[in-house]
Amino acid sequence: MNGILDFIAGLGRAVLDIVRMAGRVALFAAVALSHVVRPPFYWRTLWGTLVEIGYFSLPVVALTALFSGGVIALQSYTGFAQYHAQNAIAGIVILAVTRELGPVLAGLMVAGRVGAAMSAEIGTMRVTDQIDALTTLSTNPIKYLVTPRLVAGTLALPFLVLVADILGVLGGFTVCVMKLDFSASAYITATIASLKVMDVTVGLVKAAIFGFLIALMGCYHGYNSRGGAEGVGAATTAAVVAASILLLTFDYLLTDVFFSQ
Amino acid sequence: MTDTTPKIRIRGLKKAFGPKVVLDGVDLDVMGGTSFVVIGGSGTGKSVLLRCILGLITPDAGSIEIDGVDVTTLSPRQREPYMARIGMLFQNGALFDSLSVWENVTFGLVAAARAGHGPRITRAQARAQAGTLLEQVGMDPAVGALSPSELSGGMQKRVGLARAIAARPEILFFDEPTTGLDPIMGAVIDGLIADCVRKLGSTAIAITHDMASAQRIGDRVGMLYEGRMIWQGPPSTLFDSGNPVVDQFTHGRREGPIKVDVRT
Repeated sequence: MNGILDFIAGLGRAVLDIVRMAGRVALFAAVALSHVVRPPFYWRTLWGTLVEIGYFSLPVVALTALFSGGVIALQSYTGFAQYHAQNAIAGIVILAVTRELGPVLAGLMVAGRVGAAMSAEIGTMRVTDQIDALTTLSTNPIKYLVTPRLVAGTLALPFLVLVADILGVLGGFTVCVMKLDFSASAYITATIASLKVMDVTVGLVKAAIFGFLIALMGCYHGYNSRGGAEGVGAATTAAVVAASILLLTFDYLLTDVFFSQ
Repeated sequence: MTDTTPKIRIRGLKKAFGPKVVLDGVDLDVMGGTSFVVIGGSGTGKSVLLRCILGLITPDAGSIEIDGVDVTTLSPRQREPYMARIGMLFQNGALFDSLSVWENVTFGLVAAARAGHGPRITRAQARAQAGTLLEQVGMDPAVGALSPSELSGGMQKRVGLARAIAARPEILFFDEPTTGLDPIMGAVIDGLIADCVRKLGSTAIAITHDMASAQRIGDRVGMLYEGRMIWQGPPSTLFDSGNPVVDQFTHGRREGPIKVDVRT
């Protein structure tokens, strides 16, 4: 009996911890967003973060998208060839890439690369008193460090996903034409016929939300890190894990909202 | 405010972190234009005291008056003008890694201008101003182009000092300014601090457990022990205070009323 009560109590504590954490994150995000419309604005930080996310993440996102598009084409072929449905492959590739693979894979790559970097940078600033120094220098640390990163994440990821969409389709095209001897013109015609503005748009909306979540997790965990190098390491891990889980959770929710009908 | 009103007046300041009581009713008066040094062992709440005055930590009880105004009752926005009058040298310099040395030095000036608390300043003006400030702390203005990571610990402290005095603050705080420095560099930093405080006419509070530094910087010294200011006096009496706790601490004796927990 005691074991069951302990289990229920533990479960209750875990739920309370999650709710408490969600509240803290929501408050943190609300405070950061309230600074979007209130001067002063830190354009240099915003531009630097946009370049960091949008430009320096391009290689990793591009390679991921290219190979993923190729893999989808290859896997679809092995399945569809049994039913002589190879003509559907172009449509499958563009559907998968624009709706799911582009936003999710780009998001996960950016979470690993940029979310971790944000958390480590802000966490290091926290444990070396740099954040306190900002406060003593008439600068709101959330406005200076967090708000530009949230805006940059929201703006940069759709751009990356657009690139990922194009390269994912190119990956599928390359595999189908170079390896599986598809007709290039037929593949392109089928791709254009399957291309839907709605799919691309929803993918970009997802990307914007994922970008916001990745930046939010990176900033939140970094900002609240404690205890020297170990604390910064723990914050970085937590930022990447939380961003990845949130990203996949929101991917499901957004897919349900936009495509379940 | 009268001439007899302390620049900084602290009464009954309390702060606990969970069950650990760090400050247990600190009382302190620091008169304008004087330097007060707080000494005390590691973990006795010296940094917490400074952070409470700066508003970085909210005290559990007590008052902190600056020029007669209790800043603990002010909202963050109301507190901003008081913060703009304070400069702080952090223990490890706390220079911003992502900015060059000159951008660090003039960060507060640019921030104040941006927030409308100070005169407008262009980047060229800021860079020139940084050069002047670096010279004031005995550094070559060319250092301004470097990154903080390229500087030694002593140079980082000097850059931190240049940043702290950039806005000519009325109040200066120094958090263990000589920690981690060799004795000669420690003396250089102390000399620079004393010069800057004198030239600016600022009120200063420094915390340290370096007795030589306390004597060089302070007009008065106080010892924080078990959350309270147990002794205050002139630096000349530091080694002969008549208080057994202070005497044990300043002479570094193992035996005495201070019990050091050496469990590992």
